[in-house]
Amino acid sequence: MATLLQTPRPGADADPAAPARTLRVRRHRRGDSAEGWDRYTAPVGPRTTVLDALTWVRAHLDASLNLRHSCLHASCGTCGMRVNGRDVLACVTRLEDLPPGEVSVEPLRNQPLVSDLVVDIESLYESLDGVRLPLVRTSEGAPGSTPAEGVGHLTRFEDCVECGLCVSACPIVASDPEYAGPAVLGAAWRLVAEPRDRDPEPAYALVDGEQGAWRCHLAFECNEVCPTDALPAEEIARLRGILLRHRVVRWLQRHARPEEVQP
Amino acid sequence: MTPQTGRSAGPGVPRGDLPHRAGATGWFDTRHRHLGDWAFVVNRLSGLGLVAYLYLHLVILSQLARGPEAWGGFLAIATSPPVLLFDVLLLAGLLAHAFNGIRVTLLGLGLVASRQKALWVALMGMAVLIALAGASRILGVTS
Ligand code: SF4
Ligand code: FES
Repeated sequence: MATLLQTPRPGADADPAAPARTLRVRRHRRGDSAEGWDRYTAPVGPRTTVLDALTWVRAHLDASLNLRHSCLHASCGTCGMRVNGRDVLACVTRLEDLPPGEVSVEPLRNQPLVSDLVVDIESLYESLDGVRLPLVRTSEGAPGSTPAEGVGHLTRFEDCVECGLCVSACPIVASDPEYAGPAVLGAAWRLVAEPRDRDPEPAYALVDGEQGAWRCHLAFECNEVCPTDALPAEEIARLRGILLRHRVVRWLQRHARPEEVQP
Repeated sequence: MTPQTGRSAGPGVPRGDLPHRAGATGWFDTRHRHLGDWAFVVNRLSGLGLVAYLYLHLVILSQLARGPEAWGGFLAIATSPPVLLFDVLLLAGLLAHAFNGIRVTLLGLGLVASRQKALWVALMGMAVLIALAGASRILGVTS
């Protein structure tokens, strides 16, 4: 960010020879069904991210450009967008890592569009709340981490940063709004795998159905775009294994003691 | 038990008003996509092709009811080179779908989820080999 904040306004004392990149940004004004593209050229330094360039555009060229971010370090999950057709966190996507030429920037897909690059992430939060997954894991720190001197043990937050990149990448959510989607199913798997004093039964009910884990058609795109170790596609596959075992166990219990299931 | 999360985009944050979905055409948009998505696309396309063929197959079988002449006429067409090429395509589609089915089944049981790409490459490799052997039989390269 520092580089950008020190970057002079173009037309004032801007150095025309300084490196710059052109962003082609998808625009949608709220309440307007029309969408279009705007082009902006922003100065870039060695580590300038897509989000840096967009906030520069907002500050210097077009204050009407809507975007959202918070932490700037891949933790809050609010800056998800599609850059050159890929679902990424804009705060950690460096322009120097993208092929030369114009960079296209679009909002995430499969989530209602609020305006410009801002999608309605509340729908994802609501579905995730349905799983009632605690945000803290009981397992110790991330693999390979060791507690510091005097620290008994580590607790860690859930891997998923609730960014919605997986929802944007999923071809099934794209055609079926009722499908629970990768983030929710991944969360359900983590709850089932590590219940943390919660009853996993409601999570089973939520995901063991036509619009749950069985609706996934294994394109694995959610895995490819997930910026954390949550890897929803693998979790959905494992969840299916668990659901299957769960069904077999329930069937066996019913048939082993038929008198208990009589109404 | 109270939900620990309480996520919210904040009070007064407007909700989205445009659905913004790719729809079913997005199934076949493989730009910037990866191997798992190719498995998905091949499975959908071969599946649709096989369904279409099922109806064609029923139409062909109905020739049997029209007597020996109609059937004989059909057999003459069926052994012509363009139809034999179609048979090769059909075999390839069938094998792709069947071997994809093995991937779907294994992953559906929660197995080999972390090796799905290698699994698909191996299965498609087998399908291609069998399709090549079948093609050489059908086209009479070997008898
Ligand atoms: S599973 Fe991954 S991609 Fe999906 S919301 Fe969570 S962190 Fe984002
Ligand atoms: S700004 Fe928080 S993840 Fe990008």
